[in-house]
Amino acid sequence: MSNEAILHGHSEVDTSHDAHHDEHGAHHHKETFITKYVFSQDHKMICKQFIITGMIWAILGGLMSVLFRLQLGYPDSTFPILEDIFGKWAKGGKIQPEFYYALVTMHGTVLVFFVLTGGLSGTFANFLIPLQIGARDMASPFLNMLSYWFFFLASVVILCSLFLQTGPASGGWTVYPPLSALGDANEGSKAGMDYWITGMALFVVSSLLGGLNYISTILNMRTKGMSMTRLPLTIWALFFTAVLGVLSFPVLLSGLILLLFDRHAGTSFYLSDIFIASTNKALPSEGGNAILFQHLFWFLGHPEVYIIILPAMGLVSEVMSVNSRKPVFGYMAMVGSIFAITVLAFLVWAHHMFVTGLNPFLGSVFVLLTLLIAVPSAIKVFNWITTLWKGNIRFTPAMLFAIGFVSLFISGGLTGIFLGNSTLDIHLHDTYFVIAHFHIVMGVSAFFGMFCGVYHWFPKMYGRYLNNTMGYIHFWVTLIGAYLIFWPMHYEGLAGMPRRYLDYSGWASFNQFGDLNKFISTVAMIVFSVQLMFVFNFFYSIFKGRKVTTQNPWGATTLEWTTPIRPGHGNWPGEIPEVHRWAYDYGKDGREFILQTEPVGSSESKH
Amino acid sequence: MSQAVPAGQKWWSGGKSPYNVEYGKLMMWFFLMSDAFTFGAFLISYGSIRFASNSWPDPNHVFRNFPIIGEMNIPLAFVSLMTFILIMSSVTMVLAVTAGHNNDRKGVIKWMIWTIIGGLAFLSCQAWEWTNLYSEGAWWGKIATDAGSHFLNADRTVPTTNFSNFFFTITGFHGFHVFSGVIINIIMLIKAWRGDFDKRGHYLMIEKAGLYWHFVDLVWVFVFTCFYLL
Ligand code: HEM
Ligand SMILES: [Cu+2]
Repeated sequence: MSNEAILHGHSEVDTSHDAHHDEHGAHHHKETFITKYVFSQDHKMICKQFIITGMIWAILGGLMSVLFRLQLGYPDSTFPILEDIFGKWAKGGKIQPEFYYALVTMHGTVLVFFVLTGGLSGTFANFLIPLQIGARDMASPFLNMLSYWFFFLASVVILCSLFLQTGPASGGWTVYPPLSALGDANEGSKAGMDYWITGMALFVVSSLLGGLNYISTILNMRTKGMSMTRLPLTIWALFFTAVLGVLSFPVLLSGLILLLFDRHAGTSFYLSDIFIASTNKALPSEGGNAILFQHLFWFLGHPEVYIIILPAMGLVSEVMSVNSRKPVFGYMAMVGSIFAITVLAFLVWAHHMFVTGLNPFLGSVFVLLTLLIAVPSAIKVFNWITTLWKGNIRFTPAMLFAIGFVSLFISGGLTGIFLGNSTLDIHLHDTYFVIAHFHIVMGVSAFFGMFCGVYHWFPKMYGRYLNNTMGYIHFWVTLIGAYLIFWPMHYEGLAGMPRRYLDYSGWASFNQFGDLNKFISTVAMIVFSVQLMFVFNFFYSIFKGRKVTTQNPWGATTLEWTTPIRPGHGNWPGEIPEVHRWAYDYGKDGREFILQTEPVGSSESKH
Repeated sequence: MSQAVPAGQKWWSGGKSPYNVEYGKLMMWFFLMSDAFTFGAFLISYGSIRFASNSWPDPNHVFRNFPIIGEMNIPLAFVSLMTFILIMSSVTMVLAVTAGHNNDRKGVIKWMIWTIIGGLAFLSCQAWEWTNLYSEGAWWGKIATDAGSHFLNADRTVPTTNFSNFFFTITGFHGFHVFSGVIINIIMLIKAWRGDFDKRGHYLMIEKAGLYWHFVDLVWVFVFTCFYLL
């Protein structure tokens, strides 16, 4: 298309919103409460909507895990208060099997999609993209607003499903058919599953609208001088995250549409030769294939885990460089590995399916491709460590979370290599080893990346600081707690303890873990309560936190710190600054840091 | 907005669009890529299930009716007509976009009307075909298996319902895209007719609608191949 415009004598396309927005600098439109806080088109407000919705979901999702950990840690005890709250779901003060499955399913769904995808990308892509590339707003503020509201609608649908009489979806966050396709097979596969599919379809729309916007904003709206190789790594990470989302979520949508037909239109895409014990009926379905769903699901599912971790990686790279007062080590290698991860993410999905009867030869191809991902991952880890090396480290809470991220990513990544070998995976699949792997490498790591971002950019978001003392407590308890919770699960998994069981006390081989489970549950509750302290810190600091008094409190180089302390709609009151250098000029020529907006001096050394 | 591009200018250095397109077109391209993955997933699912089946209904047998005339000896005649209509509507869309380049409002209106008519004609054909197959005993989860059925497998064995399942789901999904395209085109027509694009000074919206429309056509080529030819 590029030469077409030239051929046809079209003028160069104007990429900025200047004409419109420059009026903003001087005086404000009359904004009502509705346009400012509810249907806002300002990316900074949309970011806040995402983060607060995400926090609500995180609390709910975390609470679910506390409930099922209660069951796992204390399978013999009764908690009458649960019956008071949940009625028949916790009859006699014991969590019922259906309730347990609903809890683990919704815990996974909520945290993977609504917190770590919607919440994490939604927050930081919205906040950082326009501010760090030097744009007034997103390419399409309107679609950006719609993206949030689709996310909101999806949230409402999923939230409603929690209150259904037959309960929410409960076939696991991966909703494998035939279980999820047959209402007769399981309570949660009745209305709950329809809500789940509807909610996820809305979620896909939201992520698509968001992703298209992020991509075109990054490509089209960079300020003068901001070439792609001068972009901070946050932006590169968010860019490839959006690409992953735009190309993988549609496949999930297709899979879910077929599932919906299987549920309601009598089709048999995923169904064949089924007998349901509860109704004592054989189904006429013939010719379908349940494994097909797994392929469609994991074609999204694996990229999805990188959709979660890439933004966290970007945030960590940036925060780490700022707080080591050193340029990030190997900038181009970092960009290259993000790109490699993005490509490989599409080629490894069947490592979740080694025991489905997959042809072993095909399995070995996927083993190879899976293990290849370790290469770019390791490059990134080495670069983070070398960024820290001999740095002048400032241990702010944000920095601690960034360092914690690296620690967790290494620990969880190593177990990925175990699982990536199909021969080992035959033993480890569907055990607590997998639970430990992905909670450390994805769950907790991504949360650490997100926390590091929140502590670092909170001053830019709200013009106040988060409380540091609470920040330090938050960090240490969460880090130690996370390892105490998930490390022992490796041993349970190696001993063959399967995931998704309600009660292990009936098995002699897993009895030995009774006390360990109790211990894990206790730590989980402590860690959860510390997260509540973070939430308190967040809202308290919005109103009462220490005020930011300088434009660039962390001494960073990127553009967001050239805006006023509380930027209005349009971000820069005057002209958008021009960029003259990359984002990582720290400790150069004896200067602590040099803003991207400063022209390169004639006597400056090269980097 | 309107200076020419100086020679040797670096496209990627910021301050301008590297592809010299406004963001809307970029978004459309990425959306189409995304949508291609949706269709791709459907068609690959279809392929994998069909490949795993022992036998499959013979399209030459299934698709041999024509409205009014009824049963024909030339199989696939009707779907060829449908495909021709859709491809012609792509041609008229190209003409509308060209007219837009020349800021020719009358031309845009004329060719958009033809494109809309083409889209509606295609949808009507599809409605007829669906009704026809339905009357012969095919629907989601259903397929006629009596001895005279058109849907028997090529090797004369009894088929599973998956032929109907995939046919209606995928052509339905495509039809839904055509339907959305017609709606978009009607909106574009109204905007062109009201002179909105003249006020704006360009007809870029028509181009974006055009991209979508061509994409929907392209998808049909694949759907057509997969269900009618293979
Ligand atoms: C060196 C890198 C990695 C390798 C080789 C690897 C390999 C694997 C394998 C083979 C499995 C399937 C285990 C099974 O179900 O039997 C798995 C599960 C999983 N991995 Fe990884 N992984 C890696 C990194 C990551 C990262 C970075 C994330 C997320 C950010 C992640 C998230 C997950 C999740 C969520 C699951 C489990 C999903 C489920 O079954 O519920 N992994 N990994
Ligand atoms: Cu994976």
